[in-house]
Amino acid sequence: MKAPPRSFLNNRLAVGLILPVGAALLYEFAARLGLVEARLLPPPSRVGQTLWSLAATGELWTHIAATMLRLAAGFLIGSIVGILLGALTGASRTASRLLDPTVQALRAIPSLAWVPLFILWLGIFVASKVALIAVGVFFPVYLGVMAAITNIDRKIVEVGRAFRLPPLALTRRVLLPAILPDCAVALRSGLGLGFMFVVAAEIMGASEGLGFLLVDGQQLGKPDQILAAIFVFAVLGKICDGALVAAFRPLLRWQDSFAQSVSRSAAAPIASPPVPAH
Amino acid sequence: MLQLQALSKIFAPDIAAIADVSLEVGPGEIVAVVGSSGCGKTTLLRLVAGLDAPTRGAVSLDGEAIHAPHPAIGVVFQEPRLLPWLSVAQNVGFGLMDRSSAERHDRVDAALLRVGLAGYGQRWPRELSGGQAQRVSILRALVTEPKVLLMDEPFSALDALTRASLHDHLLGLWEAQRPTLVLVTHDVEEAVVLADRAVVMQPRPGRIFADIPLDLPRPRDRLSPAFIEAKRVILAALDGSLDAPIARQSAKHATGAWW
Repeated sequence: MKAPPRSFLNNRLAVGLILPVGAALLYEFAARLGLVEARLLPPPSRVGQTLWSLAATGELWTHIAATMLRLAAGFLIGSIVGILLGALTGASRTASRLLDPTVQALRAIPSLAWVPLFILWLGIFVASKVALIAVGVFFPVYLGVMAAITNIDRKIVEVGRAFRLPPLALTRRVLLPAILPDCAVALRSGLGLGFMFVVAAEIMGASEGLGFLLVDGQQLGKPDQILAAIFVFAVLGKICDGALVAAFRPLLRWQDSFAQSVSRSAAAPIASPPVPAH
Repeated sequence: MLQLQALSKIFAPDIAAIADVSLEVGPGEIVAVVGSSGCGKTTLLRLVAGLDAPTRGAVSLDGEAIHAPHPAIGVVFQEPRLLPWLSVAQNVGFGLMDRSSAERHDRVDAALLRVGLAGYGQRWPRELSGGQAQRVSILRALVTEPKVLLMDEPFSALDALTRASLHDHLLGLWEAQRPTLVLVTHDVEEAVVLADRAVVMQPRPGRIFADIPLDLPRPRDRLSPAFIEAKRVILAALDGSLDAPIARQSAKHATGAWW
């Protein structure tokens, strides 16, 4: 029984799935018919099998746990430091003059350039990876929070003044709600960069993690394993971004555009870093 | 009694926004401050509200000096300035956070009812029209029962019909609480509809040019001869305020540029 087309098109999830599912089906058929080179770009069914067997042996969960733990630690550290420093430079002109030029100069350094130093300082295990992720998360969060604070509408703040709110109440009742939407966006882009850098960190050397699956797949010639790891990244990225959005939603119900902007913008971009050439 | 004593506000060394403004407004009186743009009306209001500090002079309410925003003085800005993350009811009750929630609730509901916004309490500000938002903004200032309400061109962004209906709402609210009302406006008709007195200001620097009593019976008929005559008197004063010789700029300007 077919649903009427209107209601189908109104179903966001269904519409969003048309393109990826359609493309996967198309490729599957092309591979079965021998129209494409299935050895280098395996069809979805093969990727699915690989994923299934990885999950069945429990190996997949170890890798996901390792990756998510690194990401969580890095995101937590990077976003907390980003929020604190961003708030400081946003709120105080002196702090901004003192700190911001240095932070901007550091931002201009490609974050991957820190890797050798982090490995020297922190070793090749978890600490250096977390540090790299934290650096990646820090900058967008810092910039976003600082901009949110400098962009607060002074006219609204004046309402707080007219009602004689003491500084703490002014912060809680006016300033925090005013910067919340921009902070949510900053954290989302920070999370996106966190995913990018967790892959980078794991590709540089790890014995477990989804990034390890990528390198392992490349070195052993298992493109299905690479695609499986990429697929898991996409799903995890979407879930984490969705969780972040959901966490903020009760606080941002008042926003006109929030519900729409969530559905319009895709999950924070997850760029796969370049695979080093042999 | 609201008293302004020789208020001056100088922004840059040579730019006096207002100079030597003295005014007394009795309890429950409605005064309209009228003037062309740039004559310092808004500056004057901000000084009275305690939002800015005067360069010279003083503001006092019933003998108490006003240096900072004061609980007995409510302010309505040109824009509604509602907090978008609070519901309409929470916006109205913004200044009542120190009261019990039951009292806050009762006062907010009564206030919304009075201006025809009963049932709007749970809406978001973005769902209101301009006139509704400004009504909420007036309620927010009045719900704490201030002795003085200051309004800075509160209806200037509204169309004529909405403005007329807000004039009625405002007079109804004023009738209920009888606060002293100081209203800045550039709309002469608005001044005559609302005020007991029109204070005409003169620009550069902002000074009081004329103080015109408006002894018309209420409710005021916008088409009555007395109403039209009052408008004519204020308009004539406004014209006069612009023709009056512009006060001499400080001589520094002339002497500072010889090289």
